[in-house]
Amino acid sequence: MSKKSLSPSQTANGFAQLAADVLARAKSCGATEADIVVADGETFSVQVRVGAVDRLTKAREKRLGLRVFIGKRSATTSTSDFSQDSLERLVADTCTLAGAVVEDEVSGLPDAVQMATDQPSLDLYDETVLDTETQIDWAKRGEAAAFAADSRVTNSEGAEFDSSSGRVVLANSHGFVGSYKSSNFSLSVSPIATESGTGAMQRDAWYEVQRKFARLASAESIGQEAARRAVRRLGARKVATKRVPVVFDQETAGSLLANLCSAVSGYGLYKRASFLLDKLSQTIASDLITVHDDGRMVGGLGSRPFDGEGLATRKNTIVERGVLKSYLLDTYSGKKLGLPSTGNASRSVGESPSVGPTNFYLVPGMKSAQEIIASVKDGLYVTELIGFGINMVTGDYSRGASGFWIENGELAYPVEEITIAGNLKQMFKDIEVIGSDLVFRGRIASPTLKISEMMVAGN
Amino acid sequence: MSELVQLTKFGVTELEAQHALDRLTVRDVDYADLYFESRTSESVSMEEGIVKRAAKSISQGVGVRATSGEKTGFAYSDELTKKNLEIAADTARYIANSPKGDAPVPVPTRRRPTRDLYPMERAKAEVATGDRVALLNEIDAEARRYDPRIKNVMASFNTEYKLVAVATSDGTLVSDVQPLSRLQITCIAEDHDNRQVGSFGGGGRVAFEFYREGDRHLGYAREAAREAILNLSAVDAPAGVMPVVLAGGWPGILLHEAIGHGLEADFNRKKTSAFSSLIGKRVASEVCTIVDDGTLPFRRGSLNMDDEGTPTGCTTLIEKGILRRYITDKLNARLMGIPLTGNGRRENYQSVVLPRMTNTFMLAGESDPQDIIRSVKNGLYAVSFGGGQVDITNGKFVFSASEAYLIENGQITKPVKGATLIGNGPEILTKVSMVGHDLKLDNGIGTCGKDGQSVPVGVGLPTIKIDEITVGGTRS
Repeated sequence: MSKKSLSPSQTANGFAQLAADVLARAKSCGATEADIVVADGETFSVQVRVGAVDRLTKAREKRLGLRVFIGKRSATTSTSDFSQDSLERLVADTCTLAGAVVEDEVSGLPDAVQMATDQPSLDLYDETVLDTETQIDWAKRGEAAAFAADSRVTNSEGAEFDSSSGRVVLANSHGFVGSYKSSNFSLSVSPIATESGTGAMQRDAWYEVQRKFARLASAESIGQEAARRAVRRLGARKVATKRVPVVFDQETAGSLLANLCSAVSGYGLYKRASFLLDKLSQTIASDLITVHDDGRMVGGLGSRPFDGEGLATRKNTIVERGVLKSYLLDTYSGKKLGLPSTGNASRSVGESPSVGPTNFYLVPGMKSAQEIIASVKDGLYVTELIGFGINMVTGDYSRGASGFWIENGELAYPVEEITIAGNLKQMFKDIEVIGSDLVFRGRIASPTLKISEMMVAGN
Repeated sequence: MSELVQLTKFGVTELEAQHALDRLTVRDVDYADLYFESRTSESVSMEEGIVKRAAKSISQGVGVRATSGEKTGFAYSDELTKKNLEIAADTARYIANSPKGDAPVPVPTRRRPTRDLYPMERAKAEVATGDRVALLNEIDAEARRYDPRIKNVMASFNTEYKLVAVATSDGTLVSDVQPLSRLQITCIAEDHDNRQVGSFGGGGRVAFEFYREGDRHLGYAREAAREAILNLSAVDAPAGVMPVVLAGGWPGILLHEAIGHGLEADFNRKKTSAFSSLIGKRVASEVCTIVDDGTLPFRRGSLNMDDEGTPTGCTTLIEKGILRRYITDKLNARLMGIPLTGNGRRENYQSVVLPRMTNTFMLAGESDPQDIIRSVKNGLYAVSFGGGQVDITNGKFVFSASEAYLIENGQITKPVKGATLIGNGPEILTKVSMVGHDLKLDNGIGTCGKDGQSVPVGVGLPTIKIDEITVGGTRS
C-alpha cells in the first residue's frame, strides 16, 4: 500500500472561479438568482471471482449543474463539458428553459442570511491512495475467506473492492461558496452455498463501507460473515399462511426506517402522497421509537457540512417517543408546508434540490437480537426483503421475504418464498421491542426490532 | 434512427480511435472496444396544476474496454485525451498480464445498422419546451375532469436523444442514433380520509406526435385517474396460495422477473442462476413460448444494434415449455461457446456491458380471455403492476399488483388493494394452464435495473392463468 497526499487545492480554487464565472454569465443572461454545483472525483473498482480478477474499472469524472431563477420561474441543467463554448450554451439554454415554465410563487434560493457560516471538516476524507495490487488483494482475501469458512460454499458471485474520492463545490448568487472532499472505501463479498443432495443454491452477501480505509473491518471477517449468511439459508422452505410476530434484523429494520424517511420527506407531504400527511405532533409510532437525522456525525456516511442549498446541516429529532416532531425539508418543500428548511436539501448535479436524509437512525434500545428472538414463541425472523410492494400514499405494505422461523425462542429453520404484509401506519405502532445493536452501514440505520403481529403468506 | 455518425462528433478522428484500439489490444487481449456516447436528456414536470420544473442534461464520454479470458479491464472518461486512453490501456494491460502492446488490430470497416427501427427526422427530436408544457397542462385538466375526487396530478415528460458509436478490435465501426421518450402520470384521489394513488404512462423510441395521436396523452390521464378512483373502493387483498389470472400487456413483468434475468448468460456461465444447466429441459407448460425481441419498431426495448455493435434479434428463450437459449453479449457468448444474440447492453459510457433483455414476451395462445376468467372459482385477476425483483440464485421472484380484482365463481368482482405475488422462477411457468389469444405489449414504461445499471426494456403477455401462486395480502 502506498500513501501519498493529493494536492487538490488548485482544483477547489479552480472550481470556485469557474462557478463564479458561470454565475456572472447567468446574471448577464437575465437570471435574478442562480446556484451551481461542480463535482469531480476518481473511482476505482475491482471485482474478483473464484480467485481471479473478473473486472477492473478506473475512471475520473466531473460534472457541473446550474439552476437559474428568472423571477419566480426556474430551470436546471447539467453538463460534463467544461469548455467555454459549452458553458456559454448551457447558461443560455438554462435561461431559455426557465422562461418557458410557469411562475411558481414559492420558488427561489433560501434567504442570504440562512446560508451556512461554518463548514466543519467532519472527517469525511481520507487521503490514503491504494495501489491496484492492494485493492485486488482485499477482494481476493474477502472471497477466499468465504470459501474457507464452510465447505458448502461452492461458488461465488464475486467480491468487490471499491474506492472513490471526490470534491463538491456549491456556490450561489448570494455569494455563498462551500466545498468539501469525501472518500469511500468498501468491500462486499457474495458467496453461493449449495445444498448437497438437492443441489439447491442460496446466495447472500456481506459488506462494509467506511469513509476511512483504516476503519474497514478485515477482509476475512467480511468474507466469513457473508459465508455464514449464505450457508444458513440452505434447506429453506415455505411456511403456512398465518398471523405472527415478526422480528426484523438490522438490514431489514433499516429498510423500514427508510420507508419512514420517505414518508416524512417534504416533497411527498406537500403533494399529499404520504401516509404521514398532517401528522406533525401526533403519535405515529410506539413510544419506544425515537429517530434522529444527524448531518454532522463525524465520519458519517451521510454527513456533510452544508446541504444541497448551502444551509448548515444539523441534528434534527424526527420522532421522539413515538411522536412525529419534524419532517425532512428543504427550502421549497418547507415553504409549501409553511415551515423552515431542516437543512435536508439533497442535490444531485443537474437536478433541482430534493429532500434526503443525512445520517437517519433509530435510537437503540436495551435488548440483544438474541433476547428479542427468545421472546417469540412462534414467529418470523426476517433477514431479506425483496420487491417494491409499498404504497407510500396509503402505507399498504406487502413484500417478499426470507429468513428463519422462530419456534420457542430459537431459530428453527430457514424460510423463503413467503410475503409479509400489513400497513406501515400500524406497523410502526406495533413495534414492541428495539434492539441494542445499532451499526451504521449506510446513511439509514436501525437496530433489530420486533413487530407484534403481521400477516405472513406462504402455503 | 440509423445514420452514419462521424466520430468527429465526439471530438475524435478515426485514426485516433484506431490508435487507441491498437494500444488496448495487447498480447492476451481477446477483444477490445471503444464506446462513444453523447446524450441530451430533457424533462418537464408538473404538479398542483402548474408546470414548474424543466431540466436539461448533456453528457458525452467514452468507455474503453479490453477483455482477456474471463477478465475485463474497463476505464471511462468524459474527455477523450491521450492521458485517459493511457489509463485505459494500462487497466487493460493489467488484466491481460501483458507488458506492452504488440498485435495490430484490423482497420475498422465503417458500417451502419442494416435497418432502422426508429426513423425520426432530427428536427422532430427537438420539441419546443412550450409544446411539452401544453401537453402536461391538457393532461392535468383531463385527469381532474375525470372525477372531482382527483386532488393532485403529477405528470412528467422526458426525452432522450443519444448518439453512439462503437469501434471494436474485431474490425467494425458502427453507429446509431437512439431517441427515447416517456410520459408518466400519477393521480392522487381523495374521498374524506381515504387517499389512493393511480399511475399510467407510455412511450418508446417515438417522436412527440405519438403522444397527441388520437389524444393518446388524454387517454393516459384518464387511465391514471381511473386507477386512483378505483382504489378508493379496494378491499384488503387475500393472503395465501390461489389461482391468479394475469391480464395482457404490462403484467408480462412476470416473464422478465421469473425467467428473463435467470436466462442472462453471465449468471449461467458462472453457474449462479437457478436456470444453469436447464437448456433442453422443461421449465414451462406446453402452452408457453417466450421470446426476447429487440427488433420491434419504435418499442422502448428495441435497438438497431446492441451496445457492442451487434444487430439485435428475436431469440426464442422457451419453446413450448422447453428452455432453448440464453441471452448473450460477446464476452459470455465466446466463453460459453453459444450464439451471440445481440443483448450486450450498458446504461452509458460509464458502465460495463452486460447481457440484458430487450422486449420480452409470451406468444399468443388459443384460449378466449373470458373463458380463462370463467375457469377460476376463487382467485385474483391482476391487471397492472408496480415493480418486481428476483433473486437469481434461488429463483424466487416477486412482483407487486397496483390494480387487481377478486374472481369469485368465475366472475370479476371487487377491486383489492395492491399485493405482492411471490413464486419460484423455474417452477411458476409449469403452472400456466391457459394462454389467451390476446397478446399485448406494454405501453413503453419499463426500466430494468441490474448491477446498478438502468436500461429501457419492454414486456408483453396475453391473458394467462397460473393455477397457483402465493398472494401476499393481509386477509386470511
